[in-house]
Amino acid sequence: MLRYISKRLLYMLLSLFLIVTATFFLMRAAPGGPFTSEKQIPPEIEKNLNEFYGLDLPWYHQYFNYLVSIAKWDFGPSFKYKGQTVNDLIEEGFPVSFFLGMEALLLAVSIGVLLGIIAALNHNKWQDYGAMVFAVLGISVPSFIMASILQYFLAIKLGWFPVARWESLQHTVLPALALAATLTAFIARLTRSSMLEVLGNDYIRTAKAKGLSRGQITVKHAIRNALLPVVTYLGPLSAQVLTGSFVIEKIFGIPGLGSHFVTSITNRDYTTIMGVTVFYSILLLLAVLLVDIAYGFIDPRIKLAGGKKGE
Amino acid sequence: MEKLLEVKDLEVSFQTYGGEVQAVRGVSFHLNKGETLAIVGESGSGKSVTSQTIMRLIPTPPGKIKNGQIIFNGEDLVKKTDKEMEQIRGKDIGMIFQDPMTSLNPTMKVGQQIMEVLMKHLKMSKSAAKERAIELLRLVGIPMPEKRVNQYPHEFSGGMRQRAMIAVALASNPKLLIADEPTTALDVTIQAQILELMKDLQKKTGTSIIFITHDLGVVANVADRVAVMYAGKIVEMGTVDEIFYDPRHPYTWGLLASMPSLDSDDKAELAAIPGSPPDLTNPPKGDAFAPRNPYAMKIDFELEPPMFKISDTHYAATWLLHPDAPKVEPPEAVKKRLRKLSSNYPQPVIVKESE
Repeated sequence: MLRYISKRLLYMLLSLFLIVTATFFLMRAAPGGPFTSEKQIPPEIEKNLNEFYGLDLPWYHQYFNYLVSIAKWDFGPSFKYKGQTVNDLIEEGFPVSFFLGMEALLLAVSIGVLLGIIAALNHNKWQDYGAMVFAVLGISVPSFIMASILQYFLAIKLGWFPVARWESLQHTVLPALALAATLTAFIARLTRSSMLEVLGNDYIRTAKAKGLSRGQITVKHAIRNALLPVVTYLGPLSAQVLTGSFVIEKIFGIPGLGSHFVTSITNRDYTTIMGVTVFYSILLLLAVLLVDIAYGFIDPRIKLAGGKKGE
Repeated sequence: MEKLLEVKDLEVSFQTYGGEVQAVRGVSFHLNKGETLAIVGESGSGKSVTSQTIMRLIPTPPGKIKNGQIIFNGEDLVKKTDKEMEQIRGKDIGMIFQDPMTSLNPTMKVGQQIMEVLMKHLKMSKSAAKERAIELLRLVGIPMPEKRVNQYPHEFSGGMRQRAMIAVALASNPKLLIADEPTTALDVTIQAQILELMKDLQKKTGTSIIFITHDLGVVANVADRVAVMYAGKIVEMGTVDEIFYDPRHPYTWGLLASMPSLDSDDKAELAAIPGSPPDLTNPPKGDAFAPRNPYAMKIDFELEPPMFKISDTHYAATWLLHPDAPKVEPPEAVKKRLRKLSSNYPQPVIVKESE
C-alpha cells in the first residue's frame, strides 16, 4: 500500500512537471503581456518593470527560474495585485472556496445518492419520474440562473438567508445550494442508472432467494456495488468544486479562488495563472489518487498494485 | 409417499410490448419427500419460469401467475404475500442458479453471504453463524474453509463458487432445493463433481430436489423422476427408467435421439429436432409441437392432445397413444434403448381433467 502510494506520488510529480511546462509555454504563446494596457506606458518604465519581474531574461532562463521557485512552493508576486504574492492569493481564497465547495459537495452527494436510489427502487413509478424531472432541471438550468432564483425567492421574498457576501454560516447556504444543484442532478442520474444495473444482476436474485427483504437487499447488496461509478466521478468533481466557481463567487460576492482562474488570464497575470493552475492540478491529482485508494476499499476485486499478494 | 410439493395447473404470463407471453401454460406435477425431479426442456420451454414461480421470484409486473396452485407443505404459495414468502425463501426452499460467476455478490465475503441466511432464518449470532458457515463450506468440499470463509468470490474458481452457492442454498436445511441448471456453466469434469456433491448432500440431508436442466445425460445421473417440458407444458413425465427406456412422446424421442451415446455407431449423425419452439405470444392451436413433429397427424393441428397414463407414474400428452392412432416406429436411436416395462398398463388411459 505504502509502496503503491509513493509510486503514485512520483507519477504525480511527473504529471505536474508536464502541466507546468505546458501552461508556461501556452501562456507565453498568447499575445500581449502583463503590462499591456490601453494606457501607454513609457518604454523605460516597461523595461524597468520587465527587469524587476525577470521578464527580460531569455525564455529558458525564466522557465528554469520558475521551476526552481515552484519546487520551493513559491509562486512569486502577482503582477496585478500589487504587494501580494500568488501564495497570498491562494491562502486567502482557497479556504473560502474549500468551505463552500465542501458544503456543496456534501449536499450534492447525500441528496443525489438518495434521490438516485429512490428513483431506481421505484423504477418507472412517480418517484422515479419526479426525481428525474428534478435532475434534468438541475442539469439544464445554468448556475447563474439558479443562483438568481434562489436569491430572489429565499433571500428577497422570504428573507430566510442573506442575499450575498461572505460573513457567517448563514451566508454560505445560498451559494452552496446554487453550486450543488447541478452536481446533485448529475450524481442522482448516475446513481440511478448504476443502481438499476446492479438491481438487475444475478446476485440480487440470489439475495432475494435467500429470503432477504427489499431493504436488506438494497442496503447490503445493492448500494455498495452501485456506488462504484459515483466514486469514480467524485474525484475530478471534488477538485473542481473545491477550487471555487467563478460565476457563483461573482454573484454572491464571495472572496474565493474561482475568480482568479478567469481574471488572471485576461490580465495576463503570468504568476497567478501558473500558481492557480499548479494548485488546481495538485488538488485534482490528489483527488484522483484518493479515489483510487477508496476503490481498493470498496471493491475487493481491485488490488492496488505494489501491495503484497493475498493481502 | 408423502408429497412435499404439488403444482396444480400453473399458468404464468409476461406482459411485453409484443403482447402477452404465455410462458407456462397449465403445468401440474408433484414432488415427493426426498425425491429428485428433473425438469427437462429446451430454452424457452418454461422450465426456469416454473421453478422461479415456485420461489415467487418472477418479477410482477411484467410477470403474472394467472392460474393454479403451488401447494408446498400444505400451504398455497401463490396466495402468500411477499413478506410471508421471505420466511420461506432461503429457509424452506433453497435455490441454486445457473451462473456461479455472477450469482454471488462480488463485494461481499463468501462467508458473509452464507452467514446472512443463518442469521436471518435460524437467528444465529454472528460468531455461531461464522462457525456454521465454515462447517458448510467444508461440507460442500471446499478445502481450507477457515481461510476461504474470509475470501471474496473472485478468489474462488467457477466450481468452487458453485459449491459456495450450494452452501448458501443448503444453509438453513431447506426441505426443497431448486437447482436451475446448476452445472450448465461449468466444464464437464466440474459438472460431474457438482452432481456427485448434490447427490451426496441429498443423502445426508434428505432434501427434495427439483433439477432444471436441458442435459439428458445429467438427468440420467441424478433424477428419480423426469418431467419433459415443451412450450410451457409438461408433455411427458415418468420415472427415469420410463423416460429413457420407454419414452412415448415424439418430443422425448427427439431429445433422446439427439443425445450421443457410447454405443452409437460413430458414422451415425446425431439427429436434431428440426425447426424452433413456437412463439408463446400466440401459442399454436392443437399440439404446440406438431409443426416440428414428423409423426404429427391431422388432429395434432386441431386439438390439443390429452394426458395419457401409461403406468402409475408415466404420463404423456400425445395423440399417438389414442387407441385409434396408427402404430408408429420411434426413431432408430430410441428403438435401440426400448425395454418392456412390467409396470405399464395394458392400454394407455386418458387422464380426466379433474385428476
